[in-house]
Amino acid sequence: MTHMMNQGVAELAQSLARKDFSSVEVTQAFLDRIQLHNNDLNAFVTITGEQALAQAKTADAMRAAGTAGPWTGVPFAHKDIFCTAGVRTACGSRMLDKFIAPYNATVVEKLNAAGMVMLGKTNMDEFAMGSSNETSWYGPVKNPWDRTLVPGGSSGGSASAVAAHLCPAATATDTGGSIRQPAAFCGLTGIKPTYGRISRWGMIAFASSLDQAGVLTRSAEDAAILLHTMSGFDPKDSTSVDLPVPDYLATLDKPLKGLRIGLPKQHFAEGLNPQVEKLIRDALAEFEKQGAILKEVSLDNSHLSVSAYYVIAPAEASANLSRYDGVRYGHRCDKPVDLEDMYKRSRAEGFGAEVKRRIMVGTYALTAGFYDAYYIKAQKIRRLIKDDFDRAFSEVDVIMGPTSPHTAFALGSKHKQKDPVAMYLEDIYTIAVNLAGLPGMSIPAGLLNGLPVGLQIVGRDFSEGQLLNIAHRFQQATDWHTRTPGVGAGTGLKGDQ
Amino acid sequence: MALALKDIENIAHLARLQLSEAEKTEALDSISSILSMIDQMQALDTAGADPLSHGFDASQRLRPDVVTETDQRDTLLKLAPNAAEGLFLVPKVLE
Repeated sequence: MTHMMNQGVAELAQSLARKDFSSVEVTQAFLDRIQLHNNDLNAFVTITGEQALAQAKTADAMRAAGTAGPWTGVPFAHKDIFCTAGVRTACGSRMLDKFIAPYNATVVEKLNAAGMVMLGKTNMDEFAMGSSNETSWYGPVKNPWDRTLVPGGSSGGSASAVAAHLCPAATATDTGGSIRQPAAFCGLTGIKPTYGRISRWGMIAFASSLDQAGVLTRSAEDAAILLHTMSGFDPKDSTSVDLPVPDYLATLDKPLKGLRIGLPKQHFAEGLNPQVEKLIRDALAEFEKQGAILKEVSLDNSHLSVSAYYVIAPAEASANLSRYDGVRYGHRCDKPVDLEDMYKRSRAEGFGAEVKRRIMVGTYALTAGFYDAYYIKAQKIRRLIKDDFDRAFSEVDVIMGPTSPHTAFALGSKHKQKDPVAMYLEDIYTIAVNLAGLPGMSIPAGLLNGLPVGLQIVGRDFSEGQLLNIAHRFQQATDWHTRTPGVGAGTGLKGDQ
Repeated sequence: MALALKDIENIAHLARLQLSEAEKTEALDSISSILSMIDQMQALDTAGADPLSHGFDASQRLRPDVVTETDQRDTLLKLAPNAAEGLFLVPKVLE
């Protein structure tokens, strides 16, 4: 039997059903492992041991009574952007350091209803603004593959935790690449579904027209399980889509013969590490072997996606984050002399440098006199970017390419540098997908100098089932997704000897 | 559209952020750099394109105008930095 620490969601569910071990046992084992490694990795900001064991006990009772669902008792972690009733929900920010959410996000409700056990809340870039998990008020997260490197961001805590087997899976969110880039850097399977597929209710807002929840797992099968559990119409989210949720597990094994894969020439151009390109081409050859057809496509305006994004996302952020005013919840400065002083100092103290920077960029872009030149211009480019995808999808079924131009970079190498633009360009291949609202995935496609490389798969609206199918078929034929950070004794992981 | 320090001060005021002198200088540099990256957009002719505010053009869903929320005053007031007698307390607004 695979050691319980190395089992994914599907396998754990089977083990629990077979009574190989109880939910309390596996929950305790993960809690112990978190204790052992979290000081170093800083992947979790809150560990909810007591609640987790209580949930696990309930799960075991349900299992004994025959009322358990298929995933009842399986532990996982939530990104600290999802409101969890009674548990601190800080979103990586000092602003919410003492914020105990008064309600559960819909995603939290759905996973609770499935009987899954929350181990804790994972670290993240402040308000999900970052690509390295270095903007968190709670400090940077380390990449378990090499602790001098970033795990990617903003879902860096979730990625580090799943890669280090501190939990079998974690929720995450993606506004410009925050699921896919950490998945690539940490050797994980990550999926950001179509905008509207998963409710945003109770998910702390960064840029509302781009934010979407998803998951980080160690296999496409596990991603299918969680995505299915989290998806669905929610009247509380006005952008939630009222479409049935397909059974993603049922279509995982579909043959790929005849699948038309588009390769955007802009994603295989200058700036891409040639060794990353080689691994991506090798992965594409595997799909060809399975009967898929490769075809070059062009996303003509993709070079402007980062520019348009850094107008639209900050503009929406500046509006969303205006709610943090020190009045109703969140940080308030000491001894404010008047209302304006309270607003200005509470926000200055509560927000970190990157969040303030983006609020200011967004404020500027929405200022009278610049609105047309920036905001409207960016929205027009957003339209052209979506048109590019529509055109490509008239010729191909999915689009593939590298998730990131390179492997994980060194902690401190891009953060707090004079020019923030270098960090923004990290998401060069992922951002357009959010602007168009499309589903996107990253799966492990190889190792370069011992570090994971991610393959991005982008589909048409609501083609999550197809993306998971493609990822699963690849994972049936390759073993990149089973690679873990180093091999040791016991659980087979570094630092466990 | 080169920014000056007084633009940064104006933006910070509009965003209700108090910045130190050092932060203003840093903001001037970094925001100028971001804006020059953003300005690459201006090179593209977008005359024929309709602005897209959302990944898919869906109309806003409406629901019946009925009360669905229960009273959570006490729960929510507990989160406030300063509250008393069912009210959020803020510094004096009127003299």
